[in-house]
Amino acid sequence: MSKKITLIAIITLFALTILYFTGAFNSDAVTAQRFVNLQQGEQAHAGFRRAHAKGICLAGSFESTGELAKYSQAKVFDLGATPFIGRFSIAGNNPTAPDLKAPVRSLAFSITTDDNQEWRVAMNTPPVMAVATPDAFFKQLQALSPDPVTKKRSPEKIKAFFAAHPESAVFNNWKASYKPTSSFATEQYHSINAFYLVDENNEKHAVRWIAKPQLSDENIQPLNNDSADALQLQLKDQVAQAPVKFDMLFSFATAEDDENNPTVLWPQSRKTINAGTLVISSLQAQEGGVCADMNFDPLVLPTGIEPSADPILRARGAAYAESFRRRAKEVLLNN
Amino acid sequence: MKTINKYSASSMLIHWAMALIILSMLFLGLSMVQSLAVWQIEAIALHKSFGILALVLVAIRLINKVVTTSPALPPSVPKAQALAAHLTQVGLYASMILMPISGWLMQSADGRHVSFFGLFTLPSLVSKDIETYAFFREAHGLIAYAFLLFIFMHVSAALYHGLIKQDGVLGSMLPGKHK
Ligand code: HEM
Ligand code: HEM
Repeated sequence: MSKKITLIAIITLFALTILYFTGAFNSDAVTAQRFVNLQQGEQAHAGFRRAHAKGICLAGSFESTGELAKYSQAKVFDLGATPFIGRFSIAGNNPTAPDLKAPVRSLAFSITTDDNQEWRVAMNTPPVMAVATPDAFFKQLQALSPDPVTKKRSPEKIKAFFAAHPESAVFNNWKASYKPTSSFATEQYHSINAFYLVDENNEKHAVRWIAKPQLSDENIQPLNNDSADALQLQLKDQVAQAPVKFDMLFSFATAEDDENNPTVLWPQSRKTINAGTLVISSLQAQEGGVCADMNFDPLVLPTGIEPSADPILRARGAAYAESFRRRAKEVLLNN
Repeated sequence: MKTINKYSASSMLIHWAMALIILSMLFLGLSMVQSLAVWQIEAIALHKSFGILALVLVAIRLINKVVTTSPALPPSVPKAQALAAHLTQVGLYASMILMPISGWLMQSADGRHVSFFGLFTLPSLVSKDIETYAFFREAHGLIAYAFLLFIFMHVSAALYHGLIKQDGVLGSMLPGKHK
């Protein structure tokens, strides 16, 4: 009899262990799946990214100055040019959203050097995050989400969230002073999260980078404010004229900077090196374009670049994979 | 032919080593695809390395299975149970082979490298393609659940034999003197 009980106990325990690992009991934890559920909203747009759904594919060449080579083993920083593909996008889960309504604009790219090492990058217009952890970011998105019934945002909820998160001050200051430009080509895009460059002696240098536009709003093609695709149309005119360029400026942390906290700015005075220029020479629609099928997971890095321990950065891998998994499955089943 | 009632030492070693690796891999896999924690990247790297190790071990295991003799189930086991045991075994072997291969294919289809404990990088099996990725990503997930089911059945049956029937079936995979 007692043997039967032992048997049942062990089997039950084993079954519970399996259920535990499938996540059956952690309904409260913010998982990649819950994060992407929140991002995609009530009605997911099948086949599209659950965040930054609307975008345009691009291709060009990264012309390295060679100046970063002594800080990183990554071949991409050796003097010379490497082709890349990429994507301009706007934040949000709607692939047909009006370009000019989006609060955040983005630039992503992927470069593979001839030693078969790939560097994937996804950058946004804000220089910092409002909060420092995926849990807090989840709550921020919840606070900013419109009420499912009234379809309106709740200013009280938003206020309460930011009051509870004083670390968001730097972000909110930036937001208050930020004026969207009239082109994807004239925005400045930030890595936000820090990474390490690893040199030949295996020494690590904490860096953040920005893609700084060479063009400014004074010398660009006009923007058609009435079009939902205003930024994409403007960009097509712009690239038709001449390649669009960004300088890749890397700033180096000092002992005073916390590379694992994406809510604080590093002082302007930090050592900054121009690694090279992104020269964007052609565009392609997202529909059927190469960038549609890519996952610009910022944790895909070549030897010579490593992730910092920033909790936001490290949460991105699983979330991007979940979004990529969902849309890849939809693409497979709909074709 | 001589009848044996125990697995060879090599079979036992590889059985228990793989049992440990595969259960850890299944639980790690399930956790890491949900987790937003800071250890997620290292977990994925370990998962891929141990997954390739499991692939090597399963190859050795198949060779070992051919060159050694496995004890037969005792005649007291009813036909239906013997068939169920056989089907579970086929499922276990199929999962053992398909899990690491689907993982490797899935990574290749997203253009990602598979490094073996940082020692060397495995070749890419297929070219980058989102539909290929989707197929093998879903396969990896579905086979994982089938695998868990097979393991659950296998463990339950082994314990049933060991605790209730006491017919030497569990002992045949355990070192030491058993009936
Ligand atoms: C915990 C924090 C974050 C989460 C959970 C998150 C989540 C996501 C998800 C699910 C996607 C869609 C991925 C795909 O299907 O390919 C995405 C895309 C993107 N994210 Fe994030 N993100 C986070 C932080 C950031 C940060 C800090 C940046 C900027 C530095 C950023 C920039 C981007 C960009 C540019 C894209 C679009 C890339 C493309 O063109 O495919 N994200 N994000
Ligand atoms: C015995 C071998 C293996 C077992 C038991 C195993 C098990 C698992 C499980 C249970 C999951 C979670 C699936 C889900 O929830 O949908 C998973 C995910 C994953 N596995 Fe494996 N795996 C094995 C081998 C491999 C190998 C060899 C690779 C790559 C070389 C690999 C790469 C991955 C990756 C990258 C994920 C996460 C996918 C994502 O983020 O969407 N696995 N694995």
